[in-house]
Amino acid sequence: MSPRYRRWKNRLMLGAMGLALLICLAPLASLLFTLVVKGGSTLSLRFITGPWRPVGENGGIAHAIAGSVCLLGIATALAVPVGLAKGLFLARGRSPRLGGMVRVLLDVMSGIPAIIVGVFIYTLVVRRSGFSLGTGFSMLAGGLALAMIMLPIFARTTEEAVRAISTSVDEAGLALGLPRYRVVLRIVLRSAVPAVLTGLFLALARVAGEAAPLLFTAFGSNEWPGSPLEPVGSLPALLFDYARQPFEELVRQAWGAALVLVALILAVRLATHAYSHWRYGSGANP
Amino acid sequence: MQLIIRLWLIVLLTVAVGCDGNGGDTGESGSPVRLTGAGATFPKPLYEKWAAQYARMHPNVVINYQGIGSGGGIKQITEKTVDFGATDSPMTDSQLQKAEGELLHIPMVLGAVVPVYNLPQVKRPLVFSGPVLADLFLGKITRWNDAALVTLNPDAGLPDRPITIVHRSDGSGTTFIFTDYLSKVSPAWESGPGRGTTVNWPVGRGAKGNDGVAADVKQNEGSLGYVELIYAANNNIAYGSVVNAAGKAVRASADSVSAAASLKDIPEDLRVSITNAPGDSAYPISGLTWILLYQQQADAAKGKALVDFLWWATHEGQAMAAPLHYAPIPAALLPHIEAKLRSVTSGGKPLVSQ
Amino acid sequence: MEAVISKFESADQRTAPQRTGVTVRAREGRLYHGLLTAAALVAPAILVLFVGVLVYGAWPSIRAFGLSFLTSSVWEPHPEREQYGALPFIVGTLISAVLALCLAAPFGIAVATFLNEVLTSRWRSAARFLIEVLATIPSVVYGLWGIFVLAPWVSNTLQPVLARSLGFLPIFGPPYEPRNMLCAVLILAIMVLPIIVSISLEAIRAVPASYREAALGLGATRWEMIRVAVWPACGSAFAGGCILALGRALGETMAVTMVIGNGRRISPSLFAASDTVASTIANQFAEAPSDLFTAALIEMALLLFLVTLAVNVLARWIIRPSLPGAGGRS
Repeated sequence: MSPRYRRWKNRLMLGAMGLALLICLAPLASLLFTLVVKGGSTLSLRFITGPWRPVGENGGIAHAIAGSVCLLGIATALAVPVGLAKGLFLARGRSPRLGGMVRVLLDVMSGIPAIIVGVFIYTLVVRRSGFSLGTGFSMLAGGLALAMIMLPIFARTTEEAVRAISTSVDEAGLALGLPRYRVVLRIVLRSAVPAVLTGLFLALARVAGEAAPLLFTAFGSNEWPGSPLEPVGSLPALLFDYARQPFEELVRQAWGAALVLVALILAVRLATHAYSHWRYGSGANP
Repeated sequence: MQLIIRLWLIVLLTVAVGCDGNGGDTGESGSPVRLTGAGATFPKPLYEKWAAQYARMHPNVVINYQGIGSGGGIKQITEKTVDFGATDSPMTDSQLQKAEGELLHIPMVLGAVVPVYNLPQVKRPLVFSGPVLADLFLGKITRWNDAALVTLNPDAGLPDRPITIVHRSDGSGTTFIFTDYLSKVSPAWESGPGRGTTVNWPVGRGAKGNDGVAADVKQNEGSLGYVELIYAANNNIAYGSVVNAAGKAVRASADSVSAAASLKDIPEDLRVSITNAPGDSAYPISGLTWILLYQQQADAAKGKALVDFLWWATHEGQAMAAPLHYAPIPAALLPHIEAKLRSVTSGGKPLVSQ
Repeated sequence: MEAVISKFESADQRTAPQRTGVTVRAREGRLYHGLLTAAALVAPAILVLFVGVLVYGAWPSIRAFGLSFLTSSVWEPHPEREQYGALPFIVGTLISAVLALCLAAPFGIAVATFLNEVLTSRWRSAARFLIEVLATIPSVVYGLWGIFVLAPWVSNTLQPVLARSLGFLPIFGPPYEPRNMLCAVLILAIMVLPIIVSISLEAIRAVPASYREAALGLGATRWEMIRVAVWPACGSAFAGGCILALGRALGETMAVTMVIGNGRRISPSLFAASDTVASTIANQFAEAPSDLFTAALIEMALLLFLVTLAVNVLARWIIRPSLPGAGGRS
């Protein structure tokens, strides 16, 4: 093996790897380009703030945006208390054996395909026959499905956030004679709040784009969100519906809705990213 | 900690307020009656127009219709997850037995299922016959210039390219009307896939909803599928004429569908099939579409709003059908429909206003 | 939920100084730990319920078809001769996920290596950011792009080329359908790529600098250093990342449903319309015409859950020992 051959091979292989990167970014470029071009031409204030209209009357997507916000709100309200307690248990709990088991089960939960979460919630909560809560298609059922997906993500980020607080903080508190639970709740958790919130927003960004768990739970609606026991529309579900329409108007709206959805999710991710950089320096990554 | 609890309470409150029935745009006193319906995509464009128009006239009634397929309409009304179902395939006796309560079939409008195709080089509408359509969907005819197609369309200049079949991937009344017709005209189809809202398709790819099939055919050259007329007409998708029982090639239209629906004896439960109807001008793949509702309504306010809406739709609302390429329900059916709607009760009291 | 929070709150408010009696503290401490343990047990409870509901729902189908459910490809919803076999969907799921992985794995590992070993740190964080954007885009948006950009490109550009040059191979042979397995494979490959990249990158970064210096000191080129010093140390992480990506690909629903064509049969050709377990559930679950049909779909959901479970457990088992700092980043 001559040095020339080796140098040549070195260049070739490194070049191939660089090419691989470009190939991987090509679909992203194509996707973002189409999204901005096709979605951008649909975007208008009326489109974002207007309600649904039948085909031919150029409706808006405000009902779906409002529905998504409601669904995420319910999911947050359900997942946060449980996830917070779980995270504390995992990071500062008294029984590492149970903790280990719970951690594995959380991993299992986070691996459940979203569509099956939808099947599960439909069977247990939505339908009005057999053993079931019988809520019908509803915002509540959709929120539950999203909460079930959020929970493992949020619990693990909370655990990491709490774990990142040095145990010397605990020790200082304990040395002052405070009971353990007060140390954890009042001192440790308080210092972990920013990281916990970061985790929450990441979890929200993750589920905001999910359509699969909503198909059989929140269902869909062309109207403004009503009571939690009524079906509700959402951006991802609207997108899934409109993308398969033959009406050009709806396809245009689908691109617009996709742009709005991606922009919102990216904005949340970027904001949390920037925030944690600013707070913890570039070492930490969410 | 307290910060998080406070945030949590704020979120909860926001949701509670946001969900309080006023999404910010209804200036009504009292919360509006919300009706949720789901099912057939076949009449979806019309139901959406009706819902929007009715909401303009009655601001306190909000009707949400989701097109998920007739199979879905039947399943969801059976499981009572929706206030009304919609289907173009009448429920079978065993399906009716499974429902807890008496379900009514209310015919809403008539429509036609048309064979749609994407062949840019063919300018004039193609002619299909029942047996040829059956062979196409059985996978026995695989190329556009097959002798059977050329015999029906000698001057069309059919290209030598493969046919790709698009069928429905969901439970569909359009599929029911289509396969019901194929079963009537082709023994091979009847003993093979048979009739139903979903069947065991021998060839092709599936698309969800009439909209999905129309979009798929529109986007892909060489495709052949079947959709409700409005999906072809409103999207400039070519659709063929079909040779009817009298041997005439008929193109689908509100008139030719009405011609197929000259009903003689109407069954008491209003489950009628009008495929392969006799008559020179009858379009052979025509069908009714029904709304399904329970005779005993649990919620009087919802029940009343629903019955009034259906009354309006089957009377004044019929004028909106023809511009969307549907045929209005025949006058002979109207007394039957009125009787059905009068029979709907809640807590023993009839609900209809008229 | 309400109860949990209100107790949290009261526990918090009682921290007024006059109530720091020992018994109160002990009681509150017990309450605190009780609540945490209860919350911790929510995950096992949900999972038990989850498996119970699926098994219960699938039972009619399990009883009616037994093992033939896995081996039969008859999907006959006709009410008089109902019979369901999930083989085409199982095969479709496995083929789409495995091929996507075969495509994404070399690219993912190459990209991760290139990011860490070749690019300067500014370019690296830019490229990492872009890969992260790839992971952030929702599945339905990929589906939308798949329908209007990817699928037309595949059938108008890729398919004629492959059919002309390699058409004699059954996998590139007819039928040529415009929405097909290949579209699903490509879109899945793009979607799982970020997982492979981020896990590989973490492993590559964990390789001690001394390995690299040793290789370079012996006169190795950069490529030789990567092959001799970097990659061998990351083997199990690469494998774990790939298996994790496989788990994701198996359960991916929306984008696949939108581009795979929903054809219910097994075909050797990548250009044939196919179907997966997840996309069949998405298409048919809300409108299953009979109880047995519903049960068959729930049994497929159960199968998919068990397979993804096995795959995920395997992946974590492989990755864990290779990443010493896996748990905390303190």
